[in-house]
Amino acid sequence: MENVIEIHGLTKKFGNFTAVDNISFSVRKGEIFGFLGANGAGKTTAMRILCGLSVPTSGGGTVAGYDIVRQPEKIKRHIGYMSQKFSLYSDLKVWENIRLFGGIYGLSGKEIAAKTSEILAALGMEDVRNSFVSSLPLGWKQKLSFSIAMIHEPDIVFLDEPTGGVDPETRRRFWELIYDAASRGVTVFVTTHYMDEAEYCDRVSVMVDGRIAAFDSPAGLKRTYGAADMDGVFRILAGRAVRKE
Amino acid sequence: MKEFLAFVRKEFNHILRDRRTMLIVLILPVVQMILFGYAVRTEIEHARVDVVGDMSDPEVRRIVDRMDNNRYLDIQEVLPSTGLISSRFKRNEADVAVCFERDFGTRLRKTGTGHVKVIGDGSDPNSAQMIVNYVMGVLRSEQAEISAELSGQESSVAFTPSVQLMYNPAMKSAYNFVPGVMGLILMIICSMMTSVSIVREKETGTMELLLASPVKPLWILVSKVLPYLLVSTVNFITILLLSRYMMGVPLRGSILLLSAVAVLFVFTSLSLGLLISVVASTQKTALLLSGMGLMMPTVLLSGIIFPCENMPAVLQWLSHLIPAKWFIIMVKKIMIQGAGFPYIIKEFCILAGMTAFLLTVGVRKFRIRL
Repeated sequence: MENVIEIHGLTKKFGNFTAVDNISFSVRKGEIFGFLGANGAGKTTAMRILCGLSVPTSGGGTVAGYDIVRQPEKIKRHIGYMSQKFSLYSDLKVWENIRLFGGIYGLSGKEIAAKTSEILAALGMEDVRNSFVSSLPLGWKQKLSFSIAMIHEPDIVFLDEPTGGVDPETRRRFWELIYDAASRGVTVFVTTHYMDEAEYCDRVSVMVDGRIAAFDSPAGLKRTYGAADMDGVFRILAGRAVRKE
Repeated sequence: MKEFLAFVRKEFNHILRDRRTMLIVLILPVVQMILFGYAVRTEIEHARVDVVGDMSDPEVRRIVDRMDNNRYLDIQEVLPSTGLISSRFKRNEADVAVCFERDFGTRLRKTGTGHVKVIGDGSDPNSAQMIVNYVMGVLRSEQAEISAELSGQESSVAFTPSVQLMYNPAMKSAYNFVPGVMGLILMIICSMMTSVSIVREKETGTMELLLASPVKPLWILVSKVLPYLLVSTVNFITILLLSRYMMGVPLRGSILLLSAVAVLFVFTSLSLGLLISVVASTQKTALLLSGMGLMMPTVLLSGIIFPCENMPAVLQWLSHLIPAKWFIIMVKKIMIQGAGFPYIIKEFCILAGMTAFLLTVGVRKFRIRL
C-alpha cells in the first residue's frame, strides 16, 4: 500500500527541551490515522512540522510526496489544515469564508461558486449562507471549518483536535464527514483527546514524552496491552510519562 | 495575485464591518485637533540668539554681552544682514534674532531713541513667545540703566523695540500642534490598529490557517497593512483640511514633499506595529504595548507638548529615539516655514534609517515566530 506520509528520525528541540524525540512512522493513503498523546507529549509540534509550519531540528521525511524540509510550500498546496481552535472569521459571512479560503488556495471564481453550493448543500447550511459565522452553533462551525479545509481537494487533511467542546452526538456527525472524506481516498491525520474517537481510526500512534510509544490498529493495541478499550490503552501508556504538562 | 486579492478583500471586510472602531478612527483626528488647541504653555532654556548689528558700537556690544550672560539666552552668531535669518531658522541653528539699526548707539545718545527688532521663529509659537519675552525683558532693563546714566544730561532714552514672528505673525499655537497631531494620529492608526489586527488573528487561531496555506507570509502582512494605509490617508487629508480651514494654518511648502514625508512615517509606524504584533500574543497586550510603549513616550518626548530643548540631557537623548519627533520637525519645516527638501535632509535620513531597521527586524521576527 502506498504511503502518503513517511517520517524518519524527526526531532524538534526548543533550546534544551526536546519536544519531538526521534520519531519515525508512515501513514497509508486513504487511512484515518489517529495521532494520540497527552497534552505536552509533542503531537502538536510534530503535526506543525508535517504541515510545513515549523522546521525540524533533525530528521525528515515526505508528506504527499514532498520533502518536509525543502518543499514546505509544495506541501501546503496539497494538504488541508484545521486547527485546534475553531478558526474561521466570525465577522465574515458563511459564503465569504468559503470564498476567502477558495481564493487563498487559488480556486477560480467559477470553482469557488460551485464549491460553495456543494459545501452548503452537503452540510444542509443553505439557509445560513448569508449569516455571520459568529451566529452559528459550534458544531456547525466545526463542520464548516472541515469542509473549508477540504475546499482545494487536498491529498491529506490534518485535523488538530477538531471536535473540542461539543457533545457526543455532534462529534459523531462530524466523524461522518471524516469517513466520507476517507472513502473518497483522502488521508485523514487527526489528533484527539477523545478515546472513543480513537476507536474510529484505522491505525493510531500514541506519543509519550516526545516519542512514539505505541503504533498499531486500535484492536491490535487493545490486544497488546490487554485493555478493554482505547481509554485503557491510553491510561497504561500515558501513565509512563516522565515529562509533566 | 488572486490569492493576495482574496486577502485584501477580507481585510477590508474586517475593518469596514467594525463600524464602531472605524468611526473612532475617523473622528479621532478631529477630536485631537480641538483638544490640542488648548496646548500647554512651556518654557525654554538656552535659546539661541543671532545678532544683526554693528558689534563695534559700544551700546550694541553692551546689550549683546548682557544677553549672553542671561541664563536663558545664548548668543550664537553675528550676521551681516537680516536676509540670513530665515535660513538659520530653517536649519534650526537659531531661535531668535535681534537686529539693531545702523548707528544704534550714536542715535540713542543723540536723539534718545534707538530701534531694535526682535524676530522670533514662529513655527514653534509656544517657545517663540517665551524667548521673545526674555529678549524684550533684557532690552527693557538695559534701557532703564542707560536712562539712569544719562539722566544728568537729558531726560531719558527709549528703545523702540518691535517684535516680529517669522512664519507665524499671529502667534497661533495651532502651528505647533497640527504637526504633532498628524504624527500622533498616523502613529495610532498604523501601529496600534495593525498590531491589534495581526494579534487578533493569532488569538483566534486563524493565523495558523493562513500560515498553513500556500500564501506567503509577506503577502499576509501586506494585505493586513493596506486598509490601514487607506485609513491613514483619509486621516492625513482630514488633518490638512482642518488645519487649513479651521485653524488657519497655512501649507507653505510642497504638498508632495509633505505627503512623501508622511508616507515614510506611516511605514515607520507600520513597522513598529509589526514588531509589537510579534511580541504580543493577545490583543490586550498589543493595545497596552502600543499605548504605553509608543503613544505615551511619543506625546511626552516628541516635542508636541514639551519642547525637547528644555528637557534634561537624558530625556533629550531619549527623545532622539522617538521617530515621531523627526517627523514632526519635518512637518513643521515644510508646512510653516515652507522649507524644501535640502532643509529636511538630516531628519529624513534619520527617519528612513529607523524605518529600515525596524522593518527588517519586524519582518524577520514575523517569519521566525509564525
